[in-house]
Amino acid sequence: MRETKLSEIISSLNLKMICGEENIGCVVSGGYVSDLLSDVMANAKKGNIWVTLQTHPNIVAVAVLKEISGVIIPGGRKPEPETIKKAEQEKIPIMTTELSGFEIVGRLYGILNK
Amino acid sequence: MNQEAILSEEFEISGGDFVNGGRASCLIKNILKEIGIDAEILRRVAIAAYEAEMNVVMYARRGIMKLVLTPKRIIIKVEDEGPGIHDIELAMQPGYSTATPEMREMGFGAGMGLPNIKKNSDKFNIESTVGKGTNLEIIINLNNKNV
Ligand SMILES: Nc1ncnc2c1ncn2[C@@H]1O[C@H](COP(=O)(O)OP(=O)(O)O)[C@@H](O)[C@H]1O
Ligand SMILES: [Mg+2]
Repeated sequence: MRETKLSEIISSLNLKMICGEENIGCVVSGGYVSDLLSDVMANAKKGNIWVTLQTHPNIVAVAVLKEISGVIIPGGRKPEPETIKKAEQEKIPIMTTELSGFEIVGRLYGILNK
Repeated sequence: MNQEAILSEEFEISGGDFVNGGRASCLIKNILKEIGIDAEILRRVAIAAYEAEMNVVMYARRGIMKLVLTPKRIIIKVEDEGPGIHDIELAMQPGYSTATPEMREMGFGAGMGLPNIKKNSDKFNIESTVGKGTNLEIIINLNNKNV
């Protein structure tokens, strides 16, 4: 499998960068999709990109603890201001998209499993 | 407190503070990462500490998370002042949760916290007094690489 950088995903999926730009050079190793935080804690892997509808600041703690490479919030949702503040402090990239979770995950799968 | 402790730290947890919830766990993971603890052990520490910390945030008034590192193990104690747990056996069942609808909407309340703490610990103790609080002791053994 070829190494994919977060920056490549952002540009090919036309994601909107909200914060954490300093880490877009990081390598993304697979992904995880879930809105249940215990599930993400138990099953996401280091380096995964995480797709979630959650927008509250606690997602940043989860992303830090799991060493998530980036968080994508689909469906036109926006992270709360406090979430952006925390993510900036922790240098966690957060991106948004108007696409639905289904559409974004399908495209991500295509990119990450080439 | 513990003669063979190499390191001992304490962090406060505030009940109801979902914004800062997870901070103590992040600090503990960072400390252990910096001293070179193996990634698989760090993964287990992160899961157990986060779940224990968020239970204090969700259900208790306040709590303390203590980290003790010895040459052979990592000990995490979480002591809270709160409602306590009536039926520990029931609380330990996967899927059992008293989380509010608001908490569930935020992605909490899967009822997997206590089961996942147990699963990721080598030794897990839980004691609770209704009306007073809950104490957890999580022990994760270091592997040979770390000794
Ligand atoms: N520190 C605590 N104080 C009071 N009750 C708790 C505490 N930790 C857990 N509980 C009770 O045990 C239940 C199960 O906890 P857990 O397995 O972490 O699942 P969840 O947090 O998703 O509900 C909780 O819903 C709550 O009723
Ligand atoms: Mg819990």
